[in-house]
Amino acid sequence: MDSPQSTTTELFINGIAAAPGIAIGPAYLFTKTVPRVEVKAISREEADSEIMRLRSAIARSEKELQKILAFTELKLGSQNAKIFEAQIMILGDRILLDSVEKRIREELHNAEFVIYDEISKYKKLMLEASDEYMHERAHDVDDVMNRIIRNIRDQKLFSKLEGEAIIVSETLTPADTVILSRNQVLGYATDLGGVTSHAAIISRSLKIPAVVGLHSATTHVHSGDIIAIDGYAGALIVRPQPATVETLQRKAQRIRNFEEQLHGIASLGAETPDHRRIELSANIEFPEEVEFARMQGSAGIGLYRTESQVIAKGAFPEEEEQFEAYRSVAEGMAPFPVIFRTFDIGGDKVIPDTTREQNPFLGWRGIRVMLDRPALFLTQLRAILRASAHGNVRIMFPMVSKLHEIRAAKQLLQRAKDSLTSDNIPFDPKVKIGLMIEVPSAVILAEEFAAEVDFLSIGTNDLIQYLLAVDRENSSVSQLFQHFNPAVIRAIKMIVDAGHKRHVWIGMCGEMAGDPLATVLLMGLGLDELSVNPSILPEIKKIIRSVKHKDARKVAEKMLTLSTEDEIKEFLASLVRNKIPELPIE
Amino acid sequence: MIDRVIAIRNRTGLHTRPAAMLVKVASRFRSEFFIRKETFEINGKSIIGVMTLAAEQGAILHLRFDGPDEEEAATAVTSLIERGFDEE
Repeated sequence: MDSPQSTTTELFINGIAAAPGIAIGPAYLFTKTVPRVEVKAISREEADSEIMRLRSAIARSEKELQKILAFTELKLGSQNAKIFEAQIMILGDRILLDSVEKRIREELHNAEFVIYDEISKYKKLMLEASDEYMHERAHDVDDVMNRIIRNIRDQKLFSKLEGEAIIVSETLTPADTVILSRNQVLGYATDLGGVTSHAAIISRSLKIPAVVGLHSATTHVHSGDIIAIDGYAGALIVRPQPATVETLQRKAQRIRNFEEQLHGIASLGAETPDHRRIELSANIEFPEEVEFARMQGSAGIGLYRTESQVIAKGAFPEEEEQFEAYRSVAEGMAPFPVIFRTFDIGGDKVIPDTTREQNPFLGWRGIRVMLDRPALFLTQLRAILRASAHGNVRIMFPMVSKLHEIRAAKQLLQRAKDSLTSDNIPFDPKVKIGLMIEVPSAVILAEEFAAEVDFLSIGTNDLIQYLLAVDRENSSVSQLFQHFNPAVIRAIKMIVDAGHKRHVWIGMCGEMAGDPLATVLLMGLGLDELSVNPSILPEIKKIIRSVKHKDARKVAEKMLTLSTEDEIKEFLASLVRNKIPELPIE
Repeated sequence: MIDRVIAIRNRTGLHTRPAAMLVKVASRFRSEFFIRKETFEINGKSIIGVMTLAAEQGAILHLRFDGPDEEEAATAVTSLIERGFDEE
């Protein structure tokens, strides 16, 4: 690896692919330095002009926020715009502003210092509250204060950002992402954040390439450096050499060509040439992703990971807060179905009040947690049921390993329905329910499980981990985590056959469903639904539309006779290359 | 001067939207309006102040109105809180 100090050699930094696309151009290092505020004495004569500066800074701040608010409402919906509404209200707080102006006149201090001092008092009180909500409000107050101070100093936020640039930053708030995208932003690269960070979601919906989780991007990049980001592979290249630029441009061209071919596919059905329809839907974590899923031509949400709200908040939201999020997803996707997976907490995910377990993946997680916390479970079931009055809602239970669990969950669902009925709150009484098959015992008992529900969905990530006894986070064994392992393929076959025998449909929502190499095999095995990451959805649809179901079945039959993953993978790769040569697979 | 003691009834408490409504109603009157929760008192016409109160459902607030239209102000504000800010 090249030394980071060198200014002529290129440097590769690996991160996480957050929004697809490739960008090459000058970097703009976006640092949100908290303004250092100094207290200065002013003369009595200067007080009036100091107050005028304050007033015009407030007016400018309000104008900025109104723009952000309008843009956010348009792009991301009014729910996301609420934080900016609160900030605008603070700018209009007469009591606050009167007392600031009074202090400027009486104490003869600079406006910057007085507004800082005054707002900091409230901020301090908000941070002292034990309530998470109040801590968020303290951030809003902080944002407003910094905006006013910046405007008092008459700095233009992006005066340095002239022409096109790739924004490099430690982290980006949703507001930053939105306002920056009004400039000519080629891409985003951030040190922190994951695929599910709000900034990542927003850049995807704005169609701007982004790479996050780069750790050291801001230390290696200076404003004006030529950099490249690869939003497919998740890489940042500082000072790319001509050969690298050429490779990236070729890759971008290849993908663009393919995307051109995909143009218009969003409005077409996921149907094979011999008219077998697959329900092709999207996996999401946040309501904000619905718009992108629709844009990509998704015919539903096959997995809505509701626990993201818990993880983001660090606590269980109240029924009302859950309901608001659930309703916006159900409404946004209607008339297409949305599968709400009930909180899947534990394992690798945070549960606010849990103690560390020796072996969390074999521990207290998924439905086990929720059945032990019936009050929390009932709250969520009520919230989901209430959303069912606003769209096409389905409910799915995760990590079910024994029959007793699904029966207990159904009883709780009935209790939730009864309580809504007696509260006179509307819901869909015929809401469809299903469970995830992700534990080997559920594969073996699939037929009995199928008899309890309307659908089964295969969660390949956990199923493979439990079936092959491989932790894919453990780098010494992660190469053994292979979804083309013959045992995995035969397990899928068992589940599909068992389900179909009971006349329930079978879906798949793990990562395997979104692997273009696996699509033909999965179609051939008889899967009725595939739920994938929205960014890959058009490609998967293209494959479904290119291969006859009849042929896919033959492929599946052949794959069931092979005994190593290498043979299977090789066969499928050459099949895809032959059938859809334009597919940009690595 | 009028003093009133009142409990917050609505589920979400004095969060942003109810806080804004409260300030808006109070600002229609000329009388001064202060809210005290425990030992902490703020100006009821200031949104940032009302937000800082962090008054949850069930919180007990002491309201103080002082001015020419204090009767009307007290009636308007208490009725808004009693109606739970028309939530739901």
